[in-house]
Order: sequence, then C-alpha cells, then structure tokens
Amino acid sequence: MTDVTEATEAAAEPGRTPLVELDDVSKYYGNIRALEGVSLEVHAGEISCVLGDNGAGKSTLIKIIAGLHQHDAGSLRIDGEETRLGSPREALDLGIATVYQDLAVVPLMPVWRNFFLGSEPTKGSGPFKRMDVDLMRETTRAELLRMGIDLRDVDQPIGTLSGGERQCVAIARAVYFGAKVLVLDEPTAALGVKQSGVVLKYVAAARDAGLGVVLITHNPHHAYLVGNRFVLLKRGAMSGSYARDEVTLDELTRQMAGGSELDDLRHELESRTP
Amino acid sequence: MTATAPAPAPEGQSDERLIKTSPLKKLLGRPELGSVVGAVAVFIFFSIIADSFLQATSLATVLYAASTLGIMAVPVALLMIGGEFDLSAGVLVTTSALVSSMFSYQMTANVWVGVGVSLLVTLAIGVFNGVMLTRTDPPSFIITLGTFLMLTGMNLGFTKLISGTVSTKSISDMEGFDSAEAVFASTISVGGVDYKITIVWWLALIALATWILLRTRVGNWIFAVGGGEDAARAVGVPVAATKIGLYMGVAFGAWISGQHLLLSYDTVQSGEGVGNELIYIVAAVIGGCLITGGYGSAVGAAVGALIFGMVSKGIVFAEWNSDWFKFFLGVMLLLATLLNHWVRKRAEATK
Repeated sequence: MTDVTEATEAAAEPGRTPLVELDDVSKYYGNIRALEGVSLEVHAGEISCVLGDNGAGKSTLIKIIAGLHQHDAGSLRIDGEETRLGSPREALDLGIATVYQDLAVVPLMPVWRNFFLGSEPTKGSGPFKRMDVDLMRETTRAELLRMGIDLRDVDQPIGTLSGGERQCVAIARAVYFGAKVLVLDEPTAALGVKQSGVVLKYVAAARDAGLGVVLITHNPHHAYLVGNRFVLLKRGAMSGSYARDEVTLDELTRQMAGGSELDDLRHELESRTP
Repeated sequence: MTATAPAPAPEGQSDERLIKTSPLKKLLGRPELGSVVGAVAVFIFFSIIADSFLQATSLATVLYAASTLGIMAVPVALLMIGGEFDLSAGVLVTTSALVSSMFSYQMTANVWVGVGVSLLVTLAIGVFNGVMLTRTDPPSFIITLGTFLMLTGMNLGFTKLISGTVSTKSISDMEGFDSAEAVFASTISVGGVDYKITIVWWLALIALATWILLRTRVGNWIFAVGGGEDAARAVGVPVAATKIGLYMGVAFGAWISGQHLLLSYDTVQSGEGVGNELIYIVAAVIGGCLITGGYGSAVGAAVGALIFGMVSKGIVFAEWNSDWFKFFLGVMLLLATLLNHWVRKRAEATK
C-alpha cells in the first residue's frame, strides 16, 4: 500500500512511451480535494484499470482525461508531450474517446443514426448535400460485426437494445472514429453477469485491436479478468498501483472491500455478538 | 444481436433472424400513422355527412384552410422534434404582417421592401427565442410565453401608436403590391377550380422539412437534441445552433403566413393570432410528434393540419353550428394521441 510509486515505475517497460500518462495529478473543487497525487499509465494494447469505491475520485479522473475538467497540479502527458486538455473535442482530436455511463446515445434514434451522430458522412454538395445513408447503414453493420456484434436491424431504435449491447455500440463507435485511447466509465455497472461478460469481451477486443484502454470500475473481478495494471483510488488519493503480476485477485478484492477497515468492522461486529 | 451461437451463414444476403417485416408492420412503425388513419376517418365521415364535401371546390377550400395552418405546423413540428415549444408562433404571424404593412406604408416604400424588412425582423425574433433558450436556464415554455406576451402587447401598442387604430392602413394601391400578392396570396386555376397559392408553399415546406429531417446532418441533430440533449452535446452536435435554427424555421413559417395574411386581406388586425400557437402544436401532436421531443415527422404535422382543415370546413359544409369545431378538434387530439402512444409502444416493444 505504501510502495506506490515504485510499483508504477517497475510496471513501465523501458523505451515505450505511454499513450496517456498522468503523473502526480491533483484536482481541487474549491476547498474540496477531489483527487490528489494520482499517477496512471495507459499503453497501447493494454488495459489499465482504475478501481475505487463511490466518491473515490474515479469520475474526476475520467473528466481530466476526457478534457471536461483541467487538473490543478501534476502533469498529463499524451504521447509523451505535456498537455492540458481544454475541451472534450480537444481530447477527441488527440484520439481519446470516452464512453460515459449514460453512453451518449439517443434512445429513440435508430442504431445507425446514433453510430454516426455528430460525425455524419455526407455526399453531394450545395443544397443537395446529404447524409450518405447507405454508407452509414453498411458501416454500422460492418463495424459492429467486426467487434463481434451481429445486429439484426440497424434501423431499430437504440433504446430497444439491452444495456450491454448499447455499451458495445458505444465502444464500437469510439473505435471506428479512430480512438487510440478508450476511457470506459463503469461499463459493467448496471449489467447482469452474462451481459458483463459480453462487454468485457468487447473491451478485450478493443485492446487486441491495439487501443489503450482505461477501465473504470468498482468490480475487482471484472478488472482482474482483463486488466494489465491496476490503480486503486480511495478518498481522492491513490491507495495502490500494481502491474498484473504484482497482485492477486484476492488482494485486489480485499483492498476494494475496504482492506484493514473491513478487519476493524469485523472486530466491531464480533464484539457485539454475545 | 446475440452474443452466443453465431448464426449459420445466411443464404444470399438475407438474415434468417429478421422476420420478414410486412409492409403493414413497417407502416405501424411510422410516426405519421395515427394522423393518416385519423385523416381517412374524418374524410369518410364528412363525405357521408356533408353532400358538398366531395366537390372539387370544397376540397380546394379544405386544402386552403389546411395550408394556412400547415405552413406553421410543419416548422413547429420540427421544433417539437427538437424538444422545444414556441408559444409565440401564433402572434409572430401577426407581428410579421404588421411590420411588413406598416414599414411599407410609413416609409412609402415598395411593398417588397416591407416584406424584406419583415423577414429580417421575424427571423430576429426567432433568433431571440433561440438565444434566450440556449443561453439561459428556463424551459422554452416560459421563455416563449414571455415572447408571446411581449409580442401581443407590441402588436397592439405599436399599431395604435403608428396607425391610430387597431388595424393597419390599406396598402393595396402601393407599388409592388400586385407582384407580392401574386407570390403570397394569389389563386391558381387547375381544371376550373381555384387553388390558393398557400397550398404550394405548404407542399414545398413539407418537402423541404422532410428532406432536412430524414436526409441531412441537421436532421440527425434535430432528432438528437430533442431525444437526448446531453448525449448530443457529448458527441459534438452543435446543440445551441440547432435549436436557434429551429426557432428561425418557425419564424420563417410565420413570415410566409404573415405575408399571406397581409396580402390577401390588405389590412391586418393587430389583435389576431392569439391562440393559434396551440393549434399548431395540436396539429404536430396529431401528426405523431412526441411532446417530449426526439420523435415525429413533418408529413405527420401536415396531415394533422389537413385534419384541422377538413374538420373546420366539413362542419360548415354539413351545415352544423361551427361552435362544435373545437370539440371535434379536442376529440381528434385525444384519439390521435392515444393511437400514437399505442402504436409506439407496439413498435418499441422488443428486447
């Protein structure tokens, strides 16, 4: 729990520049310390998991990487260059795509319209400039198929898909639009066991396609299934950072469940039982 | 989609899991359905009740009534798909006519100059609505209610101040009146029956609105800002610009409508237009627009306007008391809404 920085450095392979690197990053909202001294590396073809309980600072961390908020201290390096992201658009242009919990999809719109929303391809010019509907339909189908999602009808409203399927469409969309880094905010939070499995498969598929993935979750089991490195957040600070071979699932689970606090709680409860 | 058990390679291009969608089922999925069924029912009803209803001249009258409303109902429907209301739309028509008339009269300018100034003023009011909405927090219901009250007051106030009475002076002897009348308020004779030119404007607006909605990027954005504003913003849709554009669309409709009002009656009563904004919304809702945004069609709103035209004139042809008109409209609204609701539930009940 204390050898935080050593672990991070040990995990980094020499000579490889991380796609995104957070170094000792802090963020304050007024006098509230939302995030302090957090470091994180995202490499191509790897999944970095950020684990933490509610209020641990996961959302703040995402917002900094996604360009919604700016960090107050420390440094954020993208492709080795120190950057300060001013807007989500800027982050997108640098290849960082964020899939939020609400997925940024419009439930009543067909899948293909959602897939291209905000970046619709057009053909023709002048007053006859129009969306290339055939291309959009075909591409949506093909891209989803490439991610292993076989959609029956791209014309169905996206709201009729299950939560896991919607998550997959959002991921496929980010991949198609050239994301190099994929930030996933609790992709399995509201899903059942089977659906979670489906989503994790697509997360792994994105990793295998060479993307760097930041997986935010509070489920250590899901994280350990796919993660290459793990950062644990607790009350805005980093309480642990491990490469995969440095930690076991049990240890991860124990820390997530509260670690020593859990032991205290057990003692307290046991002392109350007559 | 199914995650398990990949389907065996389909023969040819078709996917065996896709149940052959019957044309009927496809039709059921359209937002216009409720309004079309309603329109057919109303048509048959008045065909039986009123003998003169099926005559070509009667139909021309019905289409005229439908078009004057439809010119506004179509952009109002687009705005509703974009998730917003415009309660100022009714009086904006009057404002547009008043500006045009009074500018031409007071400046002794060519009528076309007044028409042009009116376009700018009307669009500016649309921009005002849009900017107020996107820059501040209150819902469009409140903001356009404010615009509605302000315009109602200004229509009366300015007209009395400038003309001394509640109506404008006649501009029929002014330069450019005839050509402007030809564009906005003429009649076209087809097969011995006179059709008002507003029908042409109406059809053109339906075509334009449908094109924008279904085949352009802007159309995609309109659905998106109405169906999920935050999601739209997150993927880079210019939410504010889209909404301001929609309010300008309503203003454009109000301009056409206002010019027609002025050029067909020559003078304008400054108190007119109050209450029409609700009728536009009724037409859009009958046409399948969701009151919460994100769903609907321009054609549906146009059919809603057609129903309105058939009922308002059908009652006259049936020689009933026209006091019953609002009652019929209310019944239509409720039935169409229930039908639309039911159809959408059916269409979306999957998973």
